[in-house]
Amino acid sequence: MNWISNYVRPKINSLFSRRDVPENLWTKCDNCGTMLFHRELSENLNVCTNCGHHMGITPRERFHALFDGGIFTEVPVPAPLADPLHFRDQKRYPDRMKTAQKSTGETEAMLVAEGEIGRTPIVAAGQDFSFMGGSMGMYVGNAIVAAAERAVALKRPLILFSAAGGARMQEGILSLMQMPRTTVAVEMLKEAGLPYIVVLTHPTTGGVTASYAMLGDVHIAEPNALICFAGPRVIEQTIREKLPEGFQRAEYLLDHGMLDRVTNRKDMKNELVTILRMLLALPPEVKGDLPAPTPEPETVPEADASGAPEPAGDAKA
Amino acid sequence: MQYLDFEKPLAEIEGKAEELRALARANKEMDVEKEAAALDKKAADLLVDLYKDLTPWRKCQVARHPDRPHCQSYIEALFTDYTPLAGDRNFADDHAVMGGLARIDDRPVVVIGHEKGNDTQSRIERNFGMARPEGYRKAIRLMDLADRFRLPVVTLIDTPGAYPGKGAEERGQSEAIARSTEKCLKIGVPLVSVVIGEGGSGGAVAFATANRIAMLEHSIYSVISPEGCASILWKDAEKMREAAEALRLTAQDLEKLGVIDRIIPEPVGGAQRDAQATIASVGKTITSMLNELVDLSPEKLIKDRRDKFLGMGASGLAA
Ligand SMILES: [Zn+2]
Repeated sequence: MNWISNYVRPKINSLFSRRDVPENLWTKCDNCGTMLFHRELSENLNVCTNCGHHMGITPRERFHALFDGGIFTEVPVPAPLADPLHFRDQKRYPDRMKTAQKSTGETEAMLVAEGEIGRTPIVAAGQDFSFMGGSMGMYVGNAIVAAAERAVALKRPLILFSAAGGARMQEGILSLMQMPRTTVAVEMLKEAGLPYIVVLTHPTTGGVTASYAMLGDVHIAEPNALICFAGPRVIEQTIREKLPEGFQRAEYLLDHGMLDRVTNRKDMKNELVTILRMLLALPPEVKGDLPAPTPEPETVPEADASGAPEPAGDAKA
Repeated sequence: MQYLDFEKPLAEIEGKAEELRALARANKEMDVEKEAAALDKKAADLLVDLYKDLTPWRKCQVARHPDRPHCQSYIEALFTDYTPLAGDRNFADDHAVMGGLARIDDRPVVVIGHEKGNDTQSRIERNFGMARPEGYRKAIRLMDLADRFRLPVVTLIDTPGAYPGKGAEERGQSEAIARSTEKCLKIGVPLVSVVIGEGGSGGAVAFATANRIAMLEHSIYSVISPEGCASILWKDAEKMREAAEALRLTAQDLEKLGVIDRIIPEPVGGAQRDAQATIASVGKTITSMLNELVDLSPEKLIKDRRDKFLGMGASGLAA
């Protein structure tokens, strides 16, 4: 890893269209059915330009848009023990992992990065729903602990973007233990007096919601995100009645006092910067088209020690 | 005594012995004692045999056995001066969660646990041991009380999990569970937990993020029920045996994984066959775990708990 991959590549990236976004392809909005240009959709942060429906976005894509100049440095996450239970359902767990790594180009279901947003230094952690449903296993636990430790070391706030179907069943009890484990990470931030902001995105369910995703200083959700502990299907089976429209969606949680705000993806960055700068007692952000910050010298080692394929042409520390 | 499906051969032998003795009671000339005693012996041997190597799924069945001693039985037998304290000061009192002040070996403590109920009426009242947000919020309040007055906390875990209901979601059970886990980590007093039956997912973690965790020999502790796991990963809830196997939810596996500290042996044939002996063993373990912790400073106790959970999962099961 050198300065070219750290600095030039992300810059080039922001000039040209991103990897795996072939321009001649269309995506159908799963809400209104409108056919959308991949490129157009991607430029609009995967929000339907017709109806405003928020579709999934990977942490890497999100971070490109979030960080000033699209520049961020990955925070390394210690690799956990692979397949601690020797878990096998219809497939072996290591095979499921390989498939997920191949299809996403990522090591695991969480990306941790440091950089600046609106000239405000932060650490961010993003959960990747496209990687085995974003499920929380030991890696995600390690990632959140690493993010908190890095934030404390740099005295920066942590912004966490949650997205998960729940715990990683293939890691059994050890996935459940990530609930207390990540709670310890949140405690570290609170003791250091650092803001911890959670952005809940679709879907955030199960043990993830019942731990770090509900312990933020501020909770912001994306519109219509499903946020719950028990999923609607399980509840309908238990109580044998149909749930009302919009049940467990972001707006519903806002009404029930579980969230501070519901904010559109395109407005998220500005809102985060505004909130953070107040919490940190910094002067208001200077708006305007500032040049990208000077990159820091390369000090952080490669995040991924397990040798998973690195996606070509992406910003990586 | 209710027999589990794998205990059917046992039920037959015990049934025969009982029949013989009933016959002899009706017919004074008959001498069946020798034959009946032989059947008793056979049944006893079979019981040892059945329980010496229970499969994970059978352990789930034993852990859920309706005749197993429940939280209330432990509180009544092991604690004195038990004074229930009710309510979350916010919405309601959750009857799935028992809790209050009590003494164990004369030492004042706060005790909290899930209660499943023992008959139809009490099971409904207790919501089958599935807490709603109020239950976690009551526990948070009691842990705060314990922290303020320097009382150790003892938790007894026995829940299928959080309640998947409409109101529970509306009133923020995710937040309630998260805050309860957070509270467990924050209190500067000893916190010891015993899984006495089912340790069901987040509902269990919310009370069991403890300095010391013990499990009864045939209890289980899992991220998801085997039925739930089977229906998601096997797309067939009937594959619960396979799921129970894969999830490693037994006390024995959890000890190997470093998630729990101790296993409390159960009487032959499980806790349901000798509640008194089981309760006594649990009592001894609680005392011994508390003794390891009572002299530690609040800072040490908090650090001990954090380090325990941060370090968890470092070593998997041996191949
Ligand atoms: Zn649309």
